[in-house]
Amino acid sequence: MTDLNTPLSNVAATAAPVPSLAGMPAPKLRARGLDFFYGDYRALKNIGLDVPENRVTAIIGPSGCGKSTLLRIFNRIYSIYPKLRATGEVLLDGENVLDPRYPLNRLRSKVGMVFQKPVPFPMSIYDNIAYGIKHYERLSRSEMDARVEQALGHAALWTEVKDKLKQSALGLSGGQQQRLCIARAVALKPEVILFDEPTSALDPIATGKIEQLVEELKSQYTIAIVTHNMQQASRISDYTAFMYLGELIEFGDTTTIFENPKQKMTEDYITGRYG
Amino acid sequence: MSAVADASERLYRLRRVKNGIALALAVVATVFGLFWLVWILWTALSNGLSAINGALFTQMTPAPGESGGLLNAFFGSLVMSAMAIAIGAPIGVAAGTYLAEYARKNALGETIRFVNDILLSAPSIVLGLFVYTIVVGPLGHFSGFAGALALALIVIPVVVRTTDEMLQLVPSAMREAALSLGIPQWKMTLQVLYRAALSGIVTGVLLALARISGETAPLLFTALNNQYWSADLSQPLASVPVVIFQYAMSPYDSWHALAWAGAFIVTLFVLLLSLTSRTVLLRKRVAND
Repeated sequence: MTDLNTPLSNVAATAAPVPSLAGMPAPKLRARGLDFFYGDYRALKNIGLDVPENRVTAIIGPSGCGKSTLLRIFNRIYSIYPKLRATGEVLLDGENVLDPRYPLNRLRSKVGMVFQKPVPFPMSIYDNIAYGIKHYERLSRSEMDARVEQALGHAALWTEVKDKLKQSALGLSGGQQQRLCIARAVALKPEVILFDEPTSALDPIATGKIEQLVEELKSQYTIAIVTHNMQQASRISDYTAFMYLGELIEFGDTTTIFENPKQKMTEDYITGRYG
Repeated sequence: MSAVADASERLYRLRRVKNGIALALAVVATVFGLFWLVWILWTALSNGLSAINGALFTQMTPAPGESGGLLNAFFGSLVMSAMAIAIGAPIGVAAGTYLAEYARKNALGETIRFVNDILLSAPSIVLGLFVYTIVVGPLGHFSGFAGALALALIVIPVVVRTTDEMLQLVPSAMREAALSLGIPQWKMTLQVLYRAALSGIVTGVLLALARISGETAPLLFTALNNQYWSADLSQPLASVPVVIFQYAMSPYDSWHALAWAGAFIVTLFVLLLSLTSRTVLLRKRVAND
């Protein structure tokens, strides 16, 4: 990475250069000198990346490049497994969330996540949404009803489920389940939402709905999305980061990355020469 | 047709023959197993059914030559089994949860699993002797409590094993989803994982109940037996398996009939438990699809 970006590498002596772009909104989330280890294996190498506020940032790259790993550091979800370790900094509004003193509760309420496979909890549709809210707030019945409706509305699911809120969420279709998971994340009023290949288990129609939803959500949330699907990245993202073998190869606005990439590797990947 | 096609045809016929032989062997093995099973069930049914009457559930175990029932034995079995589940199930679920959620892949967890498996396959007579040594011996007499304790020691490893396995079957994505909402681990375990694994855990408890309802050896050394009505758990207590053992070994026809009746009721009870646990699991599978 360093040799690819030599002109920028004198920004900091040890930390990676962080690509910054003219006209980019203020970054909400910043990774600085970020390394990640699975045991002894170094999966991320000196990542420096800015995720701009109220924009969709796509992270693309071939399988095993570390894009999901990177995303899973942003809310420290990796930390539930033994032998995984992140070093460096991830700054959320300037505060390092990797600092053990940063309260996990606060981090998770500010940074929501939607996973590859929709995983509704084994409870009713209503309770799936209310469950997370109850952990943070004491609401009256009517306030909770309003919050659940609002969250389901944000996830474009309300009209489909409003008559069966008491039914098990496991009875919903895959696409509906994924939108329920989005609603569940949105219900906590987070500031950032992380999407980890949210449509890879869905059919094209359900995928279209999720993509449209992501576009709508960015007016209120900062979004980072990991995707295998390059068309998807080009359709819905404002900025794109290309990763390869644990390194951030190139970051730029999506149009530039897809039409006029600066790095040969990015171009090769975009044009389908590998990956 | 070419030589290649001929060879392919020959291979195909050979595979068909092998398949036929394998299928035939499998069918023979199944029939052999089922034959004994059906015979056992039929014997219990035909001998037991004729011995069933109203007195069975209203009268106490009789002296030789007199008529009577098994009420005190049913009561003793019911109370000791219930107590064993009440003691063993919570401990088993808690320990299984520890293994699945907090010690899934570490050395301590593997060691506990290994020891638990030994306990699971330990002859129940050993557990009976153990309780005899630590409870019956010091207290100086047999008691219902000691019987319940011995049965609880059988329940624990069964429930530990099933709880551990059922929780491990819950996809890790479910844990990540709950934790990513900021839900702490204990709360996620209680409110999300237990819900997801509930039918499996309940099935484990039911299977443990089925297992102890026929156990004789651990009760011989602990609760012993009681010919009369007794609801005092600090005293020797009758139980169906021990009464079956005692009466079946006796030379009296009326006792034999009662032993068959007891055997029939226990078999029926275990059958019902198995059916219930299957239904619970099946309903869960339907809900998941």
